Amino acid sequence: MSYDAQFRVWRGDADGGELQDFSVEVNEGEVVLDIIHRLQATQAGDLAVRWNCKAGKCGSCSAEINGRPRLLCMTRMSTFTEADTITVTPLRTFPVIRDLVTDVSFNYVKAREIPAFAPPKGVAAGDYRMEQIDVERSQEFRKCIECFLCQNVCHVVRDHEDNKDSFAGPRYLMRIAELDMHPLDEMDRRKQAQDEHGLGYCNITKCCTEVCPEHIKITDNALIPMKERVVDRKFDPLVWLGAKIRRREDA
Amino acid sequence: MTDDLQRHQYDVIVIGAGGAGLRAAIEARELGMRTAIISKSLFGKAHTVMAEGGIAASMGNANARDNWQVHFRDTMRGGKFLNNPRMAELHAKEAADRVWELETYGALFDRTKDGTISQRNFGGHEYPRLAHVGDRTGLELIRTLQQKIVSMQQEDLRDHGDYEAMIRVFAECAVTDLLLDGKRIAGAFGYFREAGDFVLFEAPAVVLATGGIGKSFKVTSNSWEYTGDGHALAMRAGASLLNMEFVQFHPTGMVWPPSVKGILVTESVRGDGGVLRNSEGKRFMFDYIPDVFKKQYAESEEEGDRWYTDPENNKRPPELLPRDEVARAINSEVKAERGSPHGGVFLDVSTRLPAEEIKRRLPSMWHQFKELADVDITKEPMEVGPTCHYVMGGVEVDPDSTAASVPGLFAAGEVAGGMHGSNRLGGNSLSDLLVFGRRAGAGAAQYVDSLGGRRPAVQASDIEDVMGFALQPFDTDVGENPYEIHQELQQAMQDLVGIIRRPEEIEDALARLEKFRERATKVKVVGRRPFNPGWHLALDLRNMVIVSECVAKSALVREESRGGHTRDDFPAMDAEWRKVNLVCSHAPGSVEVDVTRQPVPTIRPDLIALFDRTELAKYLTDEEMSALPEGDLT
Repeated sequence: MSYDAQFRVWRGDADGGELQDFSVEVNEGEVVLDIIHRLQATQAGDLAVRWNCKAGKCGSCSAEINGRPRLLCMTRMSTFTEADTITVTPLRTFPVIRDLVTDVSFNYVKAREIPAFAPPKGVAAGDYRMEQIDVERSQEFRKCIECFLCQNVCHVVRDHEDNKDSFAGPRYLMRIAELDMHPLDEMDRRKQAQDEHGLGYCNITKCCTEVCPEHIKITDNALIPMKERVVDRKFDPLVWLGAKIRRREDA
Repeated sequence: MTDDLQRHQYDVIVIGAGGAGLRAAIEARELGMRTAIISKSLFGKAHTVMAEGGIAASMGNANARDNWQVHFRDTMRGGKFLNNPRMAELHAKEAADRVWELETYGALFDRTKDGTISQRNFGGHEYPRLAHVGDRTGLELIRTLQQKIVSMQQEDLRDHGDYEAMIRVFAECAVTDLLLDGKRIAGAFGYFREAGDFVLFEAPAVVLATGGIGKSFKVTSNSWEYTGDGHALAMRAGASLLNMEFVQFHPTGMVWPPSVKGILVTESVRGDGGVLRNSEGKRFMFDYIPDVFKKQYAESEEEGDRWYTDPENNKRPPELLPRDEVARAINSEVKAERGSPHGGVFLDVSTRLPAEEIKRRLPSMWHQFKELADVDITKEPMEVGPTCHYVMGGVEVDPDSTAASVPGLFAAGEVAGGMHGSNRLGGNSLSDLLVFGRRAGAGAAQYVDSLGGRRPAVQASDIEDVMGFALQPFDTDVGENPYEIHQELQQAMQDLVGIIRRPEEIEDALARLEKFRERATKVKVVGRRPFNPGWHLALDLRNMVIVSECVAKSALVREESRGGHTRDDFPAMDAEWRKVNLVCSHAPGSVEVDVTRQPVPTIRPDLIALFDRTELAKYLTDEEMSALPEGDLT
């Protein structure tokens, strides 16, 4: 049942690094994170990796396995053959801190730029009433565990550092959609989505949806509907007229 | 030596960024305190996300008969009457407001048909009481609080031109020591995981919200962070820990494959209809209903099954007994060789609910078993067994302010003791975080205000000492691998101070712990300071040894079985012991743990009157019973 697997793990820091080869024991039922932990305990005590829950619920152990963005704790060793060499590298879109740990502060910066929930005025705590069917759309997005795999894979920023300023990334565009679809949120979020957070950059290649460990349909259920709402607003004659009249203030 | 030290000054620092810590920080900031949150992980990754089932609060949405008194009764029963009654009272009274408040922060709970917050059944709760979001309620709680803090930072940007003017999160930062001025809190010392740099927080008030101690056990649902930091920090600062012998083994953790052993399977599986069976296909829980609960639980499968649709006229199934009872029952079945192939029992929801309903109500369980164990829970049963989940014991605090005995020190959530008595009910943890998190923030703010300008000062020599300790693992040429000591410690606690405890085994554990304590000071780590998990573990070991010693010593003293403490040689609950709290502390200058006895606070007459005489007689001594007023208590 046990065998020795060949692992190549990227080791280094901001100044550079390289793939290191390891031969390491693998037992039945293990996931890649177990193997990384075994390396720490037996061969590389200072191997840096983030992890918390080990159950796919916290979104800490994001990395790239054979080039694919994945959670280390949800990638079972049984998905590889005993002959496979397994290469583990840090998320490519974010600066490396050490080994498999990257600086994900980009995401926290973006999170802060999205205006928070705007609660309904005059409704006291305890008096909120919402139908299940109306909360379900936003609930899907609130399943997000903030593993940042979608942020990492999105081609708008993956190879285009210069886009990072003007693009919030799928996770935070989805956050805008979540608030926009919240039955009681009072803010119109369409203009900021387009103008400030770069919704227009998204050309719906669905890479984000593909890597989402929570299987959230980010593109279909959040980004496309949000794009449609932005378009509705732009082509709404009243909005157009309003914008014309207010143009001087906006400028 | 202290030249490269970062220094920060705050009014209140909150150690821990789970539900209790974030709620405490929100309160402190709302009361005008400059507040720092110190998080061992990234912001939003706290262990709170692992809570699945829900938040217990008697909103009465599912059953209008529910109210705080019923919730209080259930909590006291669950804790076998060892709870601090004032804490249980505050918790039951305030939980609903804390849940409703979350909606104003943007939380989206599942709804009833009337549009109110849906509430689900859970073990030990008389009525459906848990506000929930599918089976990912903890994630909703942490994200909501995280986003509330972001919204406050946005206000601060608007008002002060700086997101971090009033509240700042220090992520991936661990505190190794609290610093005192005389006996009062003066600050906290720690390091940033990322760069390995040291940091000093000067603050007159510290809120401990560090969670639990599960990483001292081998099979646990807890993450690497649960190393008892707050418990140990409090001890070393001169505070005391209450009832550390009470450790909750959640009855249903995964048992297969080995790498996921211990990962939690939510109690909602049973709340929503799942049943426990042994290898003979028998629903064995009917054989394990203890006398104290006979009145509240069904005697036949038929009655238990009818309860799901008609709870008014039927009693609940025994799968929904409090967790300690279910964990012990599973343990007995496995010992009697009626277990499942991998040493657990079967938890089956596949024959109880339609597949689509299972996926809707228990999406993350479906996902977890499918991806980690290749088991489709809509088609076959799960294999489950007990896993170390929660510590009822913790820092001894004042119920109203959460103040510990050390001036300036506060504690809330799992790290605090008293609230849950000898056993916590499912769902009472998230509500505990919110109720006492808020109270801790308020308590700390009030304390800081009371100081006026007279703030305690950190002593330079103390900084040198704690820094020297932290660097020790790098300074040695020979020394042990911290991972090995940790594994041995976990094995010892699991085998010798686990679910069923025997005095000679506990003594064996204590002898080993003495050696672990010694060995933990002589570890050697490889590599350098930036993000070095071996070093982080080496520093956490000291805390794990202290809390393990508290658990073992208290477990040896308490000669009865109650809640999360089962003694093989004293299998029954003893009313005399109900009156006793065991309190752990360090004598000044000593690293050893002293255990002393202290009376449990008496239950106020108006709270005692919520129970009937026959029920009280199951818990109280004859002497206590005869001291009760004559006639109907209510």
